[in-house]
Amino acid sequence: MAIFVNENTKVIVQGLTGGQGKYHGLRNKAYGTQVVGGVTPGKGGTDVEGIPVFNSVAEAVAATGATASFVAVPPKAAPAATLEAAQAGIGFVVCITEGIPAQDEARTFNTLKRDFASTRLLGPNCPGIISPGKCNIGITAGEIAQSPSSTGPNVGIVSRSGTLTYQALYELKQLGIGVSTCVGIGGDPVPGTSFIDCLAEFEKDPETHAIIMIGEIGGSAEEEAADFIKASVSKPMSAYIAGVTAPAGKKMGHAGAIVSGGKGTAQGKMDALRDAGVKVGLNPTEAGSLMSDIVKGLR
Amino acid sequence: MDLFEYQGKQYFARFDIPVSAGGVADTVDQAVKVADSSQYPVVVKAQVQVGGRGKAGGIKLANNADEVRTHAGNILGMDIKGHVVKRVWVEHASDIDEEYYASFTLDRAAKKHLLMLSAQGGVDIEEVAAKDPDAIVKLHINPVEGLSNAVAKKAAVDAKIPVKAQDGVADILVKLYHCFTEGDCDLAEINPLILKPTGEVHALDAKVSLDANADFRHPEWEEFKATVELDDREKLARDKGLQYIGLDGFVGIIANGAGLAMSTLDVVNQVGGKAANFLDIGGGANADVMASALEVINFDKNVKSIFINIFGGITRGEEVAKGIVEALGRVDLRAPIVIRLDGTNAEEGREILRNAGIPESKLVSKPTMLEAAKAAVEIAKK
Repeated sequence: MAIFVNENTKVIVQGLTGGQGKYHGLRNKAYGTQVVGGVTPGKGGTDVEGIPVFNSVAEAVAATGATASFVAVPPKAAPAATLEAAQAGIGFVVCITEGIPAQDEARTFNTLKRDFASTRLLGPNCPGIISPGKCNIGITAGEIAQSPSSTGPNVGIVSRSGTLTYQALYELKQLGIGVSTCVGIGGDPVPGTSFIDCLAEFEKDPETHAIIMIGEIGGSAEEEAADFIKASVSKPMSAYIAGVTAPAGKKMGHAGAIVSGGKGTAQGKMDALRDAGVKVGLNPTEAGSLMSDIVKGLR
Repeated sequence: MDLFEYQGKQYFARFDIPVSAGGVADTVDQAVKVADSSQYPVVVKAQVQVGGRGKAGGIKLANNADEVRTHAGNILGMDIKGHVVKRVWVEHASDIDEEYYASFTLDRAAKKHLLMLSAQGGVDIEEVAAKDPDAIVKLHINPVEGLSNAVAKKAAVDAKIPVKAQDGVADILVKLYHCFTEGDCDLAEINPLILKPTGEVHALDAKVSLDANADFRHPEWEEFKATVELDDREKLARDKGLQYIGLDGFVGIIANGAGLAMSTLDVVNQVGGKAANFLDIGGGANADVMASALEVINFDKNVKSIFINIFGGITRGEEVAKGIVEALGRVDLRAPIVIRLDGTNAEEGREILRNAGIPESKLVSKPTMLEAAKAAVEIAKK
């Protein structure tokens, strides 16, 4: 088991013929992911290193039976590409695109919710998702992820930040701890998939025994997650929140990482998570070693 | 990108939101000229992006050219909470019967637009929210559906806006909503929204923050960008295309990834240091990007040590190391570097750094983020 994606997931890459799409699409395939096709309007009938390219997502789905899509197109085109995938019946869309206007994100999110409720969007502006040993969609370097062990315990990771996700994967690998699934939800103001969505899935997943959550300043997603954890997560958790020292009113790299009007501070988020019984580390390494202690206790 | 009041009013005008006739001035003479062509009495308003202008003496009423001269002379160059006034906005003074509040933002938790409307305007809305939360109507708007005039009118009724002003307020709300959505604002706020004795509703102030991600479809934002107040370090970083925010500490920071960069600031702080900046060089840490980053850090005279924190995911350790060695050859640094290189092929990368013949007084390598932070702070405090 794993959450959202596994060895049976069939992926198409929207933008496979572009620089990013080709590079990461081929890496995902080399990792063992079933990358069954690509979509670039006007380039249907060609191929990228043996991967067939189609003119539309609908054509690609009809020909390949794809169940997931990897959207790797520029910000102007990404919202339409996401909706095209949903319209073609794709159930899981991973959008790595950075720089989509917030208004477009809000519209895309609410359009999906209203018209395509069975499609889940991950991202935008996210590193993607990896179920180690099974499926890797996005830009995560697969080799730094430890495959889950059949006897457990295995850890699920959910994160708003790319590099901190890699760091978490790497530290768990150093400790020999397996990962069931690692989900990067992205650093934008309106992520398609929330912490709560992932926590709920991890709670249900028999292969996941503990959860690491990596948050950052801005918004209230971590506080909402803390409420959810209190009520509905029984599995042990550690967490880290980036941005304790971030000055108010500045966007710290990610469009969503901003402390405004005294809201969205790292301290408030850490307090909420501690209150929900989560072990909170003051830096990523500490969160990793807290998780190591948790796993030792489970073994 | 936050706009000054005068820019916000110009932006409002594009969406037919009524604002007072006036103009911007950066000299006393120009202020008088604008006042003469408006209509006395006029208000002279300091253009700074900080609250409390009025209390600081940055907003003055003038009945004639002499008074404009006096007030503009006092206000231009005035320091308001660390912001030096470079421009004033001069507009015809409005007669005010009542003051309201209206704003649109994105509610990230609800993932919908949020209208806030109150019949108690002209004061700090946070204060109203604290003292009398029921005085603010909060209404979520589904971005797919938009805001109709009927819904806007109902909000005005619910906010207890007097009957005579309800239609005018509803009309402005719909226009302000268009400004917010089509204009790609993070925030569009009018405080106060006034009712004049003549019955007209009118925006007396403008607070607008634009979403930089939407830049590609707004060529008209160019003029706003020209007035963004950056310090010299931030200007240099912008010219080099780097994600940089200047801070007031003494440890220069370079990291790959926004989350890791934030985390680096935190760790430096935890071990008793203070970061001089936030700098995210993104995924690819090649020599050009690294050299640019080092140049920007080097430009900051307060920097006593430089902490390079790189986690190799797709970017491999040896590529990062080569980039750093090459960059060091191009930039003559004033402060020593402490580097933490981890992740994919980190050992190969460290090997390259060791064999590059860089003296330890210039570059120290540490295996973990915490140790590197400690070393960087220690060097900086020497």
